Amino acid sequence: MISDLISMNGYGAYVWSAFAFTLISFSSLYFIIKLQLKKEQKRFEENFSALTEEKYNVAISQEIYKEILKNSSAKI
Amino acid sequence: MFEYFNPYRIFKINSNLQKIIFFCFIIVLSIGLLEALFLSPEDYLQKDSVRIMYVHVPSAWISVGIFSLIAILSLSVFLFKNKNLILISKSLAPSGMLFTLIALVTGSIWGKPTWGTWWAWDARITSMLILFILYVLYILTFRIFEDQDKSNKISSIIAIIGAINIPIIKFSVDWWNTLHQPASISLTEKSAIDSSMLIPLIIMTAAFALFSFLIFLMKYNTELIKVKNKGLKRL
Repeated sequence: MISDLISMNGYGAYVWSAFAFTLISFSSLYFIIKLQLKKEQKRFEENFSALTEEKYNVAISQEIYKEILKNSSAKI
Repeated sequence: MFEYFNPYRIFKINSNLQKIIFFCFIIVLSIGLLEALFLSPEDYLQKDSVRIMYVHVPSAWISVGIFSLIAILSLSVFLFKNKNLILISKSLAPSGMLFTLIALVTGSIWGKPTWGTWWAWDARITSMLILFILYVLYILTFRIFEDQDKSNKISSIIAIIGAINIPIIKFSVDWWNTLHQPASISLTEKSAIDSSMLIPLIIMTAAFALFSFLIFLMKYNTELIKVKNKGLKRL
């Protein structure tokens, strides 16, 4: 039964490799983009922490900066 | 109209949406894989090798769909001078490129048992290879040119000129003698494919569309944070 599923009438190597390639590609792209997102978020937190009080007040008044900070792990 | 393309608005919806989309993707993909690999019938001629269709065809559809969308957005960039549209197009490109690669590789794997060859310079395969090259060029433009205006212009030109390739991909099977069969699925006419195979194909297409949407959301956030990072330095 299981060997039938694996062999797929002799086409198993083709079918499984096509599905495996697809799923591996999905995982790779997902983790690459996730890593890039984390890297940018970290850079943003570092830059934000380095702001002077005056610049901080300007930045924090903008909704988009607040939203990015809300999604970051750091407490600034 | 462009109020809907407001970066803050997209970012806010985007952050909440990612987990939901990821959850939906896993569920739909699991059902799709179960149908595609175990429940759907084998083909009378191609036997079990037909199952490759469930990853090959949705990938090809989505890669072509994404490039068409990028081309429309690029044209809109020239017409309306809205820079956020570039950000949206740029965020769509990685998943589009990946799906083109998947369509080419799985097509090659399917070609061996079906046609007896891994590769042929057939019109459909060649035009898909051109699409992959266009995606690579589009993505590379943002890396090569440091001047943002220049990279935006060149990438938009690549997408608009590259759009000529879209009807070539679609009608290549009708215009030339190719190894590919003519389209079995039509929106206007009755599909030539049986519902036992059509349903898994639709489920897998939905799963792949959810994945590309998820990647788009994550990439859009990354690109927007990158832009805002530069903005922080200019404060």
